[in-house]
Amino acid sequence: MTPVDAATPATPTTTAASTVAGAVRLAARGVTVARTGSAAPALADASIDVRAGELHALVGPNGAGKSTLFGVLAGDLAPDAGDVLLDGAPLGGIPPRLLARHRAVLLQQNAVSFPFAVEQVVRMGRAPWARTPAELDDDAIVAGALEATDLVALAGRTISSLSGGERARAALARVLAQACDVLLLDEPTAALDLRHQEDVLRVARSRAREGAAVAVVLHDLNAALGVADRVTLLADGRVVATGGPAEVLTAEAIEDAYGQPVDVFPHPVTGIPVVAPRR
Amino acid sequence: MTTATATATTEVVTAVPAAHRTRRFALTVAGLSVGIAVVAVVSLGLGQYWLTPAQVTGVLLQAVGIDTPWAPDAPTAAGVVLGIRLPRIVLGLLVGAALAVSGVLMQAIFGNPLADAGVVGVSSGAAFGAAASITFGVGVLGMWTTPAFAFLGGLVAVFSVYLISRSGGRTEVVTLLLTGIAINAIAGAGLAFLTFLGTTSTREQIVFWQLGSLNGALWQNIALVAPLVVVGVAAAVAVAHRLDLFALGERTARHLGVRVELLRVVVIVLVALLVCAAVSFAGIIGFVGLVVPHLMRMAIGPAHLPLVVASALGGALLIAVADLVARTAVPLADLPIGMITSLVGGPFFLWLLLRTRRRAGGWG
Repeated sequence: MTPVDAATPATPTTTAASTVAGAVRLAARGVTVARTGSAAPALADASIDVRAGELHALVGPNGAGKSTLFGVLAGDLAPDAGDVLLDGAPLGGIPPRLLARHRAVLLQQNAVSFPFAVEQVVRMGRAPWARTPAELDDDAIVAGALEATDLVALAGRTISSLSGGERARAALARVLAQACDVLLLDEPTAALDLRHQEDVLRVARSRAREGAAVAVVLHDLNAALGVADRVTLLADGRVVATGGPAEVLTAEAIEDAYGQPVDVFPHPVTGIPVVAPRR
Repeated sequence: MTTATATATTEVVTAVPAAHRTRRFALTVAGLSVGIAVVAVVSLGLGQYWLTPAQVTGVLLQAVGIDTPWAPDAPTAAGVVLGIRLPRIVLGLLVGAALAVSGVLMQAIFGNPLADAGVVGVSSGAAFGAAASITFGVGVLGMWTTPAFAFLGGLVAVFSVYLISRSGGRTEVVTLLLTGIAINAIAGAGLAFLTFLGTTSTREQIVFWQLGSLNGALWQNIALVAPLVVVGVAAAVAVAHRLDLFALGERTARHLGVRVELLRVVVIVLVALLVCAAVSFAGIIGFVGLVVPHLMRMAIGPAHLPLVVASALGGALLIAVADLVARTAVPLADLPIGMITSLVGGPFFLWLLLRTRRRAGGWG
């Protein structure tokens, strides 16, 4: 797995300042989303900054509001209160096509209705760049995305003939082909085996190293501790803590959020904290 | 294609299927075009007044001002070919193209290969609209009245199916088909009521609509239908790339820059337009929108731009063949063409259903 050098974003409209490491690219400010038929909101007064050059993990138990926050950041859900800003501009005011040149989204659900070939699906990621100068790089970028996701050998196969894990990687390749410097990934490792999980996390991390702002919903706390630059822990629709992985994911914080006692101890080789549930 | 050495190996793998697809598309288009030309010439010659393909070609060339020795001397030949058979065949080609492309469009927005104007009740809705305008003798729009009512009926039907049968951006097979049964039942009840209300002559017309027939096609009809079909197919070609993205689901299509709500409305209006163009003068001809896009997808793959073009040609060819059979299978009788397409389409639909069930492991 090589870093996605071919998929380096060519966003002519992006100002140089916004790709400086640490600059806030995508922000939610005081976002509240009501839940139909329930007094408790799905998300209450949540704020998050996704910064250039950082891999930002969203973690929390089921029903904590991760998916809701993800939907709000992706622009799929309009918040009942609060603002979502991309480079300081309200997300809702950006035309869809322009938005699609800046931020790419990987959902958990990636079914494809018709038997398209893998290469065709990945090429769909280039749709926002049609009739722009960046279109000239389509072939190279698609090839790079296939390589980065280990799908070169399967490029000509139809999506319907692939395994679940291969489909998930094809969806990731499509997202990489979109060549955006804001990436939102909803549990990208869910359907994958150990090696491909690590491959996906490596790709996400290398995109962050290249200057992209990457937000990833993760269930695996050890993955969050191992690869994230910043972690936001959610519980009961609220942001519990945001900060460095080791500062946020302490044994007490995890136990409070998940209701499960855990031990957190340094890995014997790397020294990175490891979470183990107490059994 | 010039490529950096780093990507050369992957280029080979990715470029081959693309070139392969392009070649298959070119072959398919060429084959269908030749097929249409051959069937049209044969069909123009067959019937009670019999002409050889050479004679037909002679008449056609004479009509555009080229004299050849092939043209028969009898003036009736030109009258039969140009005045009676040609408008019927041209109307058939237009209707076939319209139905097949409406099928492609519906399948794209429903994300479901079983969507078809006849199956989900859009054709019945359009036929109900047309029948209403005839029974009540509405004439506000002159010769556009019946097509306009067909359009309204089709539009209401396709919007209803869309709103009722979708959930979570996708349409389950069962929900789609059950919605289609309901819409067909409602439109069928309406048609029955109009049949009951009408006079003998309007009843006859309504029955004709339900069976589907190209009999009695006139050049005036074609002047009306042709612009609708041309506009509908051209618009389908224009949105084809965005329809590809719909296959990824609505949320993902939106993330890729598609204005999903707008595209959805545009496609629904296009479906109603194409179905009304087909139904207005030919009645309900079922299963064309189901069979043709499916066969074309097997031949050239699911990408919508080539699929729309190939399906338009495939639909035209299917109707041309079906009409030839309708006219000539039983001597001195003109079978309803809707019966013939259903005879082929019904079993095909069953096969498709069973295959879908086997593949998906259920009716979902």
